[in-house]
Amino acid sequence: MTTKNELIIRMDEIRKVYDTGKVKVEALKGINLEIEKGEMVAIVGPSGSGKSTLMNLVGCLDTPTSGIYEIGGQAVSGVTRDELAEIRNRRVGFVFQAFNLLPHITALENVELPMLFGGVKPHERRERASELLERVGLGDRLDHKPTELSGGQMQRVAIARALAMEPDIVLADEPTGNLDSSAGGDIMSIFTNLWQQGRTLVIITHDPALARRASRVVEIHDGRITSDQATNAAA
Amino acid sequence: MKDVLKQLARDLKAEKLRTFLTIFGIVWGTVAISLMLAFGTGLHKQLIKSTAGLGDRIVIAWPGLTSIPYEGLGKGRRIRIREDDLTAIRGNVPGLKAVSGEYSNNMKVVYGTKTLSVDTSGVVPEFGTMRNMIPQMGGRFIDAVDYNEQRRTVFLGNQLAKDLFGTTPAVGKMINVNQSPFLVVGVLQEKDQDSNYSGPDDQKMFIPSTTFRALTDKKYVDNFVFQAANSDDTKQVIKRVSAALGKRLRFNADDKEALGMWDTTEQFKFFDVFMLAFNAFLGIIGVLTLVVGGIGVSNIMNVVVEERTREIGIKMALGAKQRYILGQFLIETMLVTFLGGAIGFAIALSVCAVFPKLGLSQYVGDPVVSPLVAILTSLALGIVGLIAGYFPARDAARLDPVVAMKL
Ligand SMILES: Nc1ncnc2c1ncn2[C@@H]1O[C@H](COP(=O)(O)OP(=O)(O)OP(=O)(O)O)[C@@H](O)[C@H]1O
Ligand SMILES: [Mg+2]
Repeated sequence: MTTKNELIIRMDEIRKVYDTGKVKVEALKGINLEIEKGEMVAIVGPSGSGKSTLMNLVGCLDTPTSGIYEIGGQAVSGVTRDELAEIRNRRVGFVFQAFNLLPHITALENVELPMLFGGVKPHERRERASELLERVGLGDRLDHKPTELSGGQMQRVAIARALAMEPDIVLADEPTGNLDSSAGGDIMSIFTNLWQQGRTLVIITHDPALARRASRVVEIHDGRITSDQATNAAA
Repeated sequence: MKDVLKQLARDLKAEKLRTFLTIFGIVWGTVAISLMLAFGTGLHKQLIKSTAGLGDRIVIAWPGLTSIPYEGLGKGRRIRIREDDLTAIRGNVPGLKAVSGEYSNNMKVVYGTKTLSVDTSGVVPEFGTMRNMIPQMGGRFIDAVDYNEQRRTVFLGNQLAKDLFGTTPAVGKMINVNQSPFLVVGVLQEKDQDSNYSGPDDQKMFIPSTTFRALTDKKYVDNFVFQAANSDDTKQVIKRVSAALGKRLRFNADDKEALGMWDTTEQFKFFDVFMLAFNAFLGIIGVLTLVVGGIGVSNIMNVVVEERTREIGIKMALGAKQRYILGQFLIETMLVTFLGGAIGFAIALSVCAVFPKLGLSQYVGDPVVSPLVAILTSLALGIVGLIAGYFPARDAARLDPVVAMKL
C-alpha cells in the first residue's frame, strides 16, 4: 500500500444482527474496512465467524443493521431496493460457492443475464458474453446448459457472468469450496490473472494456498476483524 | 420485450408439467363452463323451437257443450261456430291479432298411381303465420286470393309431399282431392313439433276454408286458432273472445266446456321459468367450477413462485429490479391463461360442431358457445391465477436476495 489508490469500499462500524424471532445473532460486531482499487483481498476465518455475512453486505445483497457503508463513494443507506439492484448490477460481480447459475438456460445466456438487467443491447450482450466465456476457456461450451458442465466449468461461467458489467469489484464466497483441487487451482489462477489485469477482488476462502496469492489477508473471528495484513504477493 | 418472451418460452418449456397443469386447469374451466352454458342455451332454443312448431304463442279453441245454464237455456247445449261468428270477433276484440277457423276432414288424395287418405284442414291465410307454417323455397301458404276466390289450392305437409312426390318437386303439380283437381302451391319446411291436436303438420294438408266448405258442405268450424297481439295479454284476450262469442252464441263467458281453450303461451312461460331455474343451476355449477379451477391455478402459481424463489434471488443478486421479476410472472400467467382459454374455447367449439351429428338435437337442441362466456371464464381464471401468482411473486421479490437464494 505504497500509493494511495481510489477507495472502492469503505465500512465504518458495520454491525449485522440476525433476528430469528427467538434469538438474536450478532454476526458482525463493528467492522471497519477499506478496500482500494486494484487490491486482491482474502477473507479468512473459522466457520460461523461472519465471513459470508460481511461479503453479502459488501455486495449489497443484504443491508447492515447499523454503520456506514460506501461503495465507489456512494452511500448505501436509505436507498430503494431498485437502486440497490442497480448498484449490484453495475458495481459488483458475484461468484458463489454454489455457482448459482440458472439451470434452464445456456452458459451464454447466463453470462448475458446481468447485461439484460443492465439494459445492454442484445447483439452487444451476445458478443461480450461469448468473448468473456472464451477468456475463461469455455469458447466451445457457449450453448451448454449448466447441468452439462463440470463444477469447474460452471464456476468459470459464473466468473464470466461476474465480469459481464465491468464491475468495480468482484466478490467470491468460497469459490473453490465445491471443487476438487485441480479445478480449484484453475479457478485460483483465473482470479490471480484478473488481479494482475488490475481488477479489485474480495475472496472468502478456507484455502491457505489461495489466501497466499492475495495481496492482503483479512482475518475474522466472531464478527470482528482480528488481523489485516499485506502479504508478500502485494509487493 | 423479445428477451422477456424468449425467457418465458424457456421457463414454460423447462416447467413442462406445471405449465401443462396450469393450462389444463384453465382449459378445463373454460370448457366446462362454456359447454354447460352452450347446452343450456341450445336446450332453451330447442324447447322454444319444438313448442313453436305448434304455433307462435297461440290459443286453440274447441266449441263443446254448455255446462252452465245461460239466460233460460239449459246446460248440455251444443255450441256451433260459423265463419261469420269469427269474422264478427275479428277486429272487434281489443288485443286480438289474428283468428282462423279450422275445418277438418279426412280426404282422399290421388296422384298418379298413389292414393292416400289425408287429414285436411280448411283455414284462412293468417293460420300460416300463427301456426308457423313456413313454406319451403319456391312455395307459399294459402293466400288471400286463394281464400277470397275459393281457389282449389293446397299446402302440403313435408312428409305428405314426400309420400306423394318422392324427391321430385311438388309445387306446381296437380293432385286430386275428393275427385277435384288441386294445385300444390307450397310444401311445409321441416319443423320440430313436440305437440299437436290433430296429427303432426308434416302429414296434413291445408286448403282455403272457403274451398273446404264448398267441397264438404261443412257449416261449422271444428276448432279455431287465435293469437294475441302481445303474448303477455293472452289471458285477457281469451276472456274477451269468450265474452264476445258467448254474447253472440248465448253461453256463459266462464263456461269452460262451451268453449275449451288451450293456451300454449303457458308452455312458453313454463319454459322461461324452467330455463331460469336451469340457468341458475348451471350458474352455481359454473361458479363452483371457477372456484375449483381458480384454486387449482392459484395452487400451481404458488408452487411456481415457491420453487422459483431461488431463481428470483439469483436474478435480483445480478441486478434485476422488482418490476422485472413481477412482470415476468404476470406475462407468464397471462400467456398461460390466454393459451388455456383459447384451447378450451376451441374444444368447446369442436364439441358443439360434432354434437349435431349425434342425432340428439331433437331432444336437447344444439349447444351454442358464446365467445363472451369463454372469454369471461378464462379471464376470471386468469385473474385468480394472476392474484395467486402476484402476491407470492411480490413477496419473493421483496425478500433480500441472500434470503431468497438460500430458500
Ligand atoms: N439468515 C440468518 N439468520 C440467522 N442467523 C444467521 C443467518 N445467516 C448467518 N447467521 C449466523 O451468523 C453467523 C455468521 O454466519 P456466516 O454465514 O456469515 O458465517 P461464515 O463465516 O460464512 O461461515 P462458513 O465459513 O461456515 O461459511 C453464524 O453464527 C450464523 O449462524
Ligand atoms: Mg460462509
